[in-house]
Amino acid sequence: MPTKTVSSSETKNIQIINEKGEADGTLVSRFTEDDFRRFFETIILARTFNHRALSLQREGRLGTYASIWGQEASQIGTALAFGEEDWLFPSFRESGVYIARGYPIWMLYRYWAGDERGMQAPPGFNLFPMSVPVGTQVPHATGAAWAMKLKGHRNAAAVYFGDGGSSKGDFHEGLNFAGVFKVPAIFICQNNQWAISVPRSRQTAAKTIAERAFGYGFEGVQVDGNDITAVYKVTKDAIEKARAGGGPTLIECFTYRLDDHTTADDSSRYRSDDEVEYWKEREPLKRLRTYMEGKGWWTKEYEDDLTKKAEERIDSEIRKAEAFEAPDPADIIKYTYGSLTPRQARELKELKWRG
Amino acid sequence: MARLNLVQAINQALAQEMERDKDVIVIGEDVGKDGGVFRVTQGLLDKFGPERVMDTPLSELGIIGSAVGLAAYGMKPVAEIQFMGFTYAGLEQLFSHAARIRSRSRNRFTCPMVVRTPYGIGIKPPELHSESTEGLFCHMPGLKVVVPSNPYSAKGLLTSAIRDPDPVLFLEASRLYRSIKAEVPEEEYTIPLGKASVYQEGNDITVVSWGTMLHRAAEASEDFDCEIIDLQTLRPYDEEAVVKSVKKTGRLVIVYEAARIGGFGAEIAALVAEEAFEYLKAPVVRVAAPDAVIPMARLEDHYMPSPERIRSAFESVMRY
Repeated sequence: MPTKTVSSSETKNIQIINEKGEADGTLVSRFTEDDFRRFFETIILARTFNHRALSLQREGRLGTYASIWGQEASQIGTALAFGEEDWLFPSFRESGVYIARGYPIWMLYRYWAGDERGMQAPPGFNLFPMSVPVGTQVPHATGAAWAMKLKGHRNAAAVYFGDGGSSKGDFHEGLNFAGVFKVPAIFICQNNQWAISVPRSRQTAAKTIAERAFGYGFEGVQVDGNDITAVYKVTKDAIEKARAGGGPTLIECFTYRLDDHTTADDSSRYRSDDEVEYWKEREPLKRLRTYMEGKGWWTKEYEDDLTKKAEERIDSEIRKAEAFEAPDPADIIKYTYGSLTPRQARELKELKWRG
Repeated sequence: MARLNLVQAINQALAQEMERDKDVIVIGEDVGKDGGVFRVTQGLLDKFGPERVMDTPLSELGIIGSAVGLAAYGMKPVAEIQFMGFTYAGLEQLFSHAARIRSRSRNRFTCPMVVRTPYGIGIKPPELHSESTEGLFCHMPGLKVVVPSNPYSAKGLLTSAIRDPDPVLFLEASRLYRSIKAEVPEEEYTIPLGKASVYQEGNDITVVSWGTMLHRAAEASEDFDCEIIDLQTLRPYDEEAVVKSVKKTGRLVIVYEAARIGGFGAEIAALVAEEAFEYLKAPVVRVAAPDAVIPMARLEDHYMPSPERIRSAFESVMRY
């Protein structure tokens, strides 16, 4: 029977600086020394935030926390590419995204200490509260991007989710709508290889997460998620395309979660030390350091100084977070609706929380 | 004044709100050319164009989930879900996101959206097309739940729902779509959410009902002196109106078509037990559907509370 190919696709992986710190000359030339310093400094800051969060959790000063160690390039490289006018919809493992966007760090600590006020984004920050039910935030970016298109705005909406999240129906319905309505949405999959204890191979039989975009009629690209330059480049390209009316893009950041899923997890139960060691060799800061040292932009003193400054900054953010006035119990009720219902008004009066 | 049926009244409210506010858009399955499976959105596509009235993929989670993003960004989506039973695919979006984004972000982001969907028994459709699970939604803080019982209230309540700053589930009784008409003013008007309406004043029995069953309760009340309260909004509901009436009559019968256990009638009975116990002359009675799955067409008449059952409830509270 005669057949013809009616559709075919190919998926590309993009890398600019490899794990040894060697760069593609043409692509890397787009980045200035200042760009590299901004990348390096933001990673140091996010990493400092992260290791301090883990200590605070152990001391009982934060609740359960999801570490970003290993995924900083994927989070920061994407987040730095956006502008203030863009809307971001992070998941719970995206502290690096908030930090890269300049979100007040003390507010992140408040959130992880169990205080909703930490997610009350200040004016000018179009970052949704981090989504906890996995993958369910995907259609929100589609909807916001759809609204941007309907209003004739030239900005973009981006959503972060993991390889686990890509298995959810929300992923399918969110990407499908985005393709159909050709909205300026960017879907950023942080493929960190593990959904708690379940490996990436259990999430989909597809070779890549990126290629799933083709089924929705738009481009998917896989990027070395530990190469911040490549991550930044593909995100910028996707944003430009979105703003020009070219529709959505799925970006798969191929990365690795070096820590446990959260502080409530023990990853030694399901993965080997060898595997973790393999990925430690490929983590984002190492190659950046090597490359920058080659250019004469990195010295030990530079990093030590940065680290010291980051620790000081984080110290002060933690002090600010912990000195912040306790939340008013009335807040429990006050934000349910635009105004109190008569029942809620009574509940506020009757319950003597502060007594 | 024009006499409109429920479909026409809702259509008019949609058209007037779309006229008034360009951020109001209609999304859903078959809402465009087809005008919706019940023709509620008929004519809106021609009038407002394809950027205001949009057929979506067959995807209830996608409709409700993207409406969350649309609303947060500043649109006012009115999403149609073809039948209440199909909202279940979007429940997580409604419960975990639409209903709580205001609280989670401490007012920074809100979700002014309406999900319209037909509910209830009475048109002999296939399975899962006759659901009456309003109680589920009423248990979710952050959502509002509205059930109009007639064309006049449907127009005013939908107008309020669209203008409301929070997500509203708007339940339209499929049995009433074309079976009742009422005088509906041409000009726009609102009926406040959270306020009940006294359908009929009376002295002996307070009857609380909503949607389709209100009419059945009224039909059954002929030989009794009933005060019939049309709740209209189930969340937040008008507790004051219920308590006030029970204090006057001393008897309460709640009439609804949902399965009894955990249904919204239990909330009203509990309220009266807490706040008007000493006024009661008889036990509170719920006339509801059996605690069973809604049957298909052949048995649905036996499932839905009949006027006889409602009458016997009235007799029992009077006799007590």
